[in-house]
Amino acid sequence: MFAFILRRLGVLIPTFFGITLLTFALIRMIPGDPIEVMVGERSLDPVMHAAAMKRLGLDQPLYVQYFDYIGKLFHGDLGASLKTQESVWKEFTTLFPATLELALCALVFATVVGLLAGVVAAIKRGSIFDHGVMGVSLTGFSMPIFVWGLLAVMLFSVYLGWTPVSGRIDLQYDIAPDTGFMLIDAWRAQIADPELNAGAFKDAIMHLILPAIVLGTIPLAVIARMTRSSMLEVLREDYVRTARAKGLSPARVIFIHTLRNALIPVLTVIGLQVGTLMGGAVLTETIFSWPGIGKWLIEAIGRRDYPVVQNGILIVATLVIVTNFIVDILYGIANPRIRHAK
Amino acid sequence: MSLLQIKNLSVEFGNAANPFRAVENLDLSVDQGEIVGIVGESGSGKSVTMMAMMGLLEGQGRIVADQLEFDGKNLLTISPKERRKIVGKDIAMIFQDPMTSLNPSYTVGYQIMEVLKVHQGLRGAELKARALELMELVEIPAAKTRLEAYPHQLSGGMSQRVMIAVALACNPKLLIADEPTTALDVTIQAQIMELLVNLQKERNMALIMITHDLAVIAEVAHRVAVMYAGQVAEEGHVPRLFQHPVHPYTEALLSSIPEHSKGARRLTTLPGIVPGQYDRPKGCLLSPRCPYVQERCRAERPAITPYEHGAVRCFYPLFDKEAQ
Repeated sequence: MFAFILRRLGVLIPTFFGITLLTFALIRMIPGDPIEVMVGERSLDPVMHAAAMKRLGLDQPLYVQYFDYIGKLFHGDLGASLKTQESVWKEFTTLFPATLELALCALVFATVVGLLAGVVAAIKRGSIFDHGVMGVSLTGFSMPIFVWGLLAVMLFSVYLGWTPVSGRIDLQYDIAPDTGFMLIDAWRAQIADPELNAGAFKDAIMHLILPAIVLGTIPLAVIARMTRSSMLEVLREDYVRTARAKGLSPARVIFIHTLRNALIPVLTVIGLQVGTLMGGAVLTETIFSWPGIGKWLIEAIGRRDYPVVQNGILIVATLVIVTNFIVDILYGIANPRIRHAK
Repeated sequence: MSLLQIKNLSVEFGNAANPFRAVENLDLSVDQGEIVGIVGESGSGKSVTMMAMMGLLEGQGRIVADQLEFDGKNLLTISPKERRKIVGKDIAMIFQDPMTSLNPSYTVGYQIMEVLKVHQGLRGAELKARALELMELVEIPAAKTRLEAYPHQLSGGMSQRVMIAVALACNPKLLIADEPTTALDVTIQAQIMELLVNLQKERNMALIMITHDLAVIAEVAHRVAVMYAGQVAEEGHVPRLFQHPVHPYTEALLSSIPEHSKGARRLTTLPGIVPGQYDRPKGCLLSPRCPYVQERCRAERPAITPYEHGAVRCFYPLFDKEAQ
């Protein structure tokens, strides 16, 4: 197990450098530079432009800029935003709870509904429910988030008026961002000041539901399909027949003997969805004006804020890699055949 | 009265318009304390018969029978819940491949204790003690530490012993062993077979032994049913059936054993293959392959008919040969 962890960690190092190189190159391939974007349509004095570029260190050859960037990374320096002068790390930690809250709710929604739908579809294989779930999940998986998100806003927020259109909470509430998680902060604010903040918690939930569902749709589809096929495979196993021959109840056969083994590949898939969620968060947050890192990164790209884009993406990518790493270890715990492998 | 009584059992798969009969008009009875062997080629319906009886076909197969009784209970009309009280407790089954028949995610101890918990309501220290006792009963060395082992840490022979322990946990009246030694190597086969027979004698339970191996049947079984294409071709007592087979198929089966063909340059075989779903003959199912085939055999299907020493499904049984 220890060697397994070491080997996995070894793979992380080249991955990490790959990401730095990729973000560094990609953001510089976009036409325009931070100064031009800042100045906008107005004509720019070439001398002033050159001076500003020199001040930001952007006049150096690209390889010098890259090694400078890597050198700073090794010192733990993630740089500062060109616009706000605030450190990237600080901006990230301020905004990340919003994204995390959204992503976690989306993942919980996707996992719970996906597992249930997958299990029932597998048990009732070939039934209308099975075909229905698989059809809907294929649609959900194929639908781009920006299409599905906008359709959902139009239907549920604009037409039916069930949920708010955007944001995390109504402006009428006075919420102190203690934890950064709106559900928790709203709950605490409501308790602290029941009169002024009455209904804040419910309002926070109403704001969260739709983006969480939109963001969770693709993972939901993937999890449901994976659970179904994995369940069908395990249901054919000899040991499931043994479980039936033992006279166990159908619930025991399904949940104890089948699902436990069927979950092993599903767990990996759930881990991989963290990447999908982070990518999806960028779109979802933009659609719902959700003040998280997705929206932050989109805006940074728009104004060619090199440090924010490079290091923001680096932090997100690292998070995804670390999560997948943890999932791999969990996989070992769930599967004794891997746990015991030398 | 017999412990298990099956009369005219048929099992069909596939759609109703074009069904495949895996088992056809099968009669079988097993008494307490008796070892009955079921032999036949792959796909002759041996396992399906037993799975149908235990309710393990899970709605995939349609089961029709005149009688399907175990220990006085009608298994045809019983509710699934009532059936589960019998299956795993009074009727237990062990399978062909022990390495895949145990759940890889749970310890051996858990899988033994599970049956004891469900059927006998044992808990705590009593439960553990009984599990240990069962492990020792099936002669697993270092039983105490093995309780904590996972199936992948055991050899095939050990896994089959665990399966036997699970099967015997609730003192079943009938044990079905579905090719229990096919997946094991030869030395282990003999050990497992000996263990099964000893346990059967000790507990005076009924044992149905499904196998390809005629030698095993000759050695341990009291009675034997020979199956061909979903039907019982011949049924009789051991060793008489081996000395005087009266069905052409049984005769062919016996002559294909190397020991029976000493001196011959080649092993005797029946030409052709077992008929499948689409090439079932109109008459006797063996008629395309039978060396003694007559006109009548191609036109009609014979019914199973009792005679002095058993029962046979043939219009022209080989009684004459016996007299020679």
